[in-house]
Amino acid sequence: MAVFKVFLGTAVMSTQITDVSPSNQNLAQRLGISLTEYQHICQNLERVPNYAELSIFSAMFSEHCSYKSSKKFLKRFPTTGKRVLQGPGENAGVLDIGSGWAIAFKMESHNHPSFIEPYQGAATGMGGILRDVFTMGARPAASMNSLCFGTMDFDRTQSIVKGVVKGIGDYGNCVGVPTLAGQTLFHSCYNRNPLVNAFTLGIVKANQIFRGFAEGIGNAVIYVGAKTGRDGVHGATMASKEFSTDKELERPTVQVGDPFTEKLLLEATLEAMKEQLVIGIQDMGAAGLTSSSFEMAHRAKTGLEIDLDKIPARESGMAAFELLLSESQERMLLVTTPEKVAPLKEIFKKWDLHAEVIGKVVSGNRVKMTKQRQVVVDLPVELVTEPLLANRASSPPVDLKQRWFLDRNRMLVATLQSKFQSLIEELNFANCEPLITQYDSMVGNRTVGGSQDDAGVIRVREMGEKEVRLALKTDCNPRVTWLWPREGGRRAVSECAINLAVRGAEPIGITDCLNFGSPENPEVIWQFEESIEGISEACQALKIPVVSGNVSFYNDTDGKPVYPTPMIGMVGIIEDKLPLPHSNFYSTQLELALIGPVEGGLGGSLMASSWFKRECGQPEETDLALLDRMLKFLQRLRKKKITYAAHDISDGGLLCSVLEMAFHSPYDCTGVDLHIPSGCDLDRFLFGETIPRIIVAYDSVERGDIENLASQAGVVFTHLGQTNDSSIFAVKQGGAQVLSSKLPDLKSAWNQKWKKFFK
Amino acid sequence: MKIGIITFPGSNCDDDVYDSLMRSGGFELTKLWHKDTPELSDYKLIVLPGGFSYGDYLRCGAMAARSPIMEKVIEFAKRGGLVIGICNGFQILCESGLLPGALARNLSLNFICKDIKVTVETSKTPWTQTIEARSTLNLPIAHGEGRYIISEEDYQELIKNGQVVLTYQDNPNGSTHQIAGLCNKEKNVFGLMPHPERASDLRSKDGLKIWQSLKSFLGQQS
Repeated sequence: MAVFKVFLGTAVMSTQITDVSPSNQNLAQRLGISLTEYQHICQNLERVPNYAELSIFSAMFSEHCSYKSSKKFLKRFPTTGKRVLQGPGENAGVLDIGSGWAIAFKMESHNHPSFIEPYQGAATGMGGILRDVFTMGARPAASMNSLCFGTMDFDRTQSIVKGVVKGIGDYGNCVGVPTLAGQTLFHSCYNRNPLVNAFTLGIVKANQIFRGFAEGIGNAVIYVGAKTGRDGVHGATMASKEFSTDKELERPTVQVGDPFTEKLLLEATLEAMKEQLVIGIQDMGAAGLTSSSFEMAHRAKTGLEIDLDKIPARESGMAAFELLLSESQERMLLVTTPEKVAPLKEIFKKWDLHAEVIGKVVSGNRVKMTKQRQVVVDLPVELVTEPLLANRASSPPVDLKQRWFLDRNRMLVATLQSKFQSLIEELNFANCEPLITQYDSMVGNRTVGGSQDDAGVIRVREMGEKEVRLALKTDCNPRVTWLWPREGGRRAVSECAINLAVRGAEPIGITDCLNFGSPENPEVIWQFEESIEGISEACQALKIPVVSGNVSFYNDTDGKPVYPTPMIGMVGIIEDKLPLPHSNFYSTQLELALIGPVEGGLGGSLMASSWFKRECGQPEETDLALLDRMLKFLQRLRKKKITYAAHDISDGGLLCSVLEMAFHSPYDCTGVDLHIPSGCDLDRFLFGETIPRIIVAYDSVERGDIENLASQAGVVFTHLGQTNDSSIFAVKQGGAQVLSSKLPDLKSAWNQKWKKFFK
Repeated sequence: MKIGIITFPGSNCDDDVYDSLMRSGGFELTKLWHKDTPELSDYKLIVLPGGFSYGDYLRCGAMAARSPIMEKVIEFAKRGGLVIGICNGFQILCESGLLPGALARNLSLNFICKDIKVTVETSKTPWTQTIEARSTLNLPIAHGEGRYIISEEDYQELIKNGQVVLTYQDNPNGSTHQIAGLCNKEKNVFGLMPHPERASDLRSKDGLKIWQSLKSFLGQQS
């Protein structure tokens, strides 16, 4: 038995412990296990766990693996629907897309590692989500990412942005999965805790879905992929603690990714599945071999016997607890029948990968692990996989009413020009091209519509003649969620739905990535609970099921939580062959109309934040019934087979949306004349962010038809103005010009903003 | 018309080339494995697809250029067989000595993926014989190391022999003399950084023009 020193955060324990050393309360506490939990373990085990076993509990009882604070709330999500083939609880959710084909998708966070080591943190986040999808048997076909960074005045922001973007790019580009779209935003609440959420969708035959079951007594348990090293040991525990300013000392807990090995593992795994050589499979993600083995046994209600000496290790002398908790990347655990072991190994050998039988499935409900013929772990599966749920206190912030106060008078006295200027200078109103051109958005020969549109669109080329297209979008508005978590949840879902609909797609399912502060903070639990209610309300109203997801708590730095950020990833389907609508001013002779309420709410708007330098005002509640009508209007508009452009109104209000449509125009001379409808509040019309509001642009001959459709659908149609070739952006009220600016100048400011990150 | 598409460990555009040639029609496609050494004489064309062969470790294309199948490809090319290398395939062609010059890191040091415009410099190659010289093709690029470099002396040699096939209109990576694609002196080996297979039916169809030219060339031969 190897003797080793134990790293616990920054302290190195002076006493030397072995895997089989008995544990005690102090040790348990230092590994993040509470006294109640420790007593629960000892009582059920009828003995004291040894150090290796304690390490297993430490990882599996961590918030990251156990969902002990979130489980009861997550049950509120609607998770069923006619397309759902696999709901939450597996590596990824699966939806039927017809003709015998399905899609598997999920979103995951890699926030903490990305602050400690941005490049590897983001890269391994990509690796993890890709494996989650291909373990289901699906070939990854598209990725997206949602990134929340700190502001430029924080000295590390630039290097974090650079590292994260390069990490995502280098990994995804090499594996050959296009990164299509997503969301990037900047706010000081993310200075020391950036959010890196990665989404991947894969294509799978509906009758060839694989799951994480260790089934069949006597079957072989096989380790495949890269060797196990000491990287990432106690990573799940690290991700379940708040950041302190000396967090950078925790660098050894961040894993290192190798996209080349991932690509080989992807091909070998899919080939083995195609040859029907796999019974159950799971990625070794957080808590590595520990979580994959216990969870697979748990799902199949079986036991496992594992010989830790058989694990391909990168270095000699690794202790059992290190082998068990290593988060070395690009590894999987696989179960198959004894006679399929040889052909399976042959496939992995072809791809130059390790495949070693490390144990077998046994009856009963215990996982036993040996090292040098000594039993080092002997635990009942349920004790590990069903931790005590944490009962967390919940309470709303005391200053909620103050947060909802918005000083309209201060806004009314300011000139339109000055408000306009503050938006133009806003870091969050910028061209994301310098960032997204670093991602390969086209590999796979599937990409129909790119990253600059409201949503990314791919085709499912596997389906041949019956090829459908899928639209993908991730979204969350943390400003709104901080002010009113329930509306934030509603809005994240609503925003995604409207983004998909303007691209012509019908929303069919969502995955989530819920990024919050410490669950030990009652205000955070209140935010969490309320956000989930909001998400559920919107999902129910729009009949969109939640099929997979991830919770990331402890996004705090020095006791201060990030803004609640319940990120939503939504998938929509386009089953017809009609051309996609435009999302820009595709001509200089278009008429513009606003569909939806003429005015929007200023509470939580980008305008309010940039003007008052803080979030304020009560966000207006999304009218979900109206949203449903709007989605139907957009579907009918598409079926009219006319040419038009559509773009939704969100951050920065109508004004920013019109500018974006102009900036993406293929003509440098594009100009816009915008008429303010009589009797409306200028600020609320131009800068309000109530959902749903959209802009449509079309040839003037189509106006009657579109107006009729709107009235039939029960959505308001308001004429807005037209495009021209003056290259001037002009806003007019009752004949008088209230704002005028040169579009090329505005565009150049919008273009330049993020370039500085990548110098 | 039998076409072989090689899969190296880390190739990720092999399926895309397959898909694109299928959509173009008229080809019989076979995928070849890097560890094999098949007889290539009945193939009309060998494709080295894009991707990150051997993880692009060491140097892009360096390890793939020394893999077992490349001995056969080099033999095939020396006998006049048509070989096209796209992106990583172009890097492999340079590393294996079938094409002159080398590909270095983009001037911006960043990976760049976008639709760009290239000028077809010559119609006097099998790859462009049905495309008008000086015409523009809309093709996507996606690479981190696509900056083509060659000495001025060797460049003059390329010009003299009409080997420069494609040039960038807005040099995205800082290539010497905007070179985006070139062939050997005999014109049977062609390397290019843009991806014609990604422009066969989505966004742009200009990639098909290269396949059509090939088809016409091979049709004349048989």
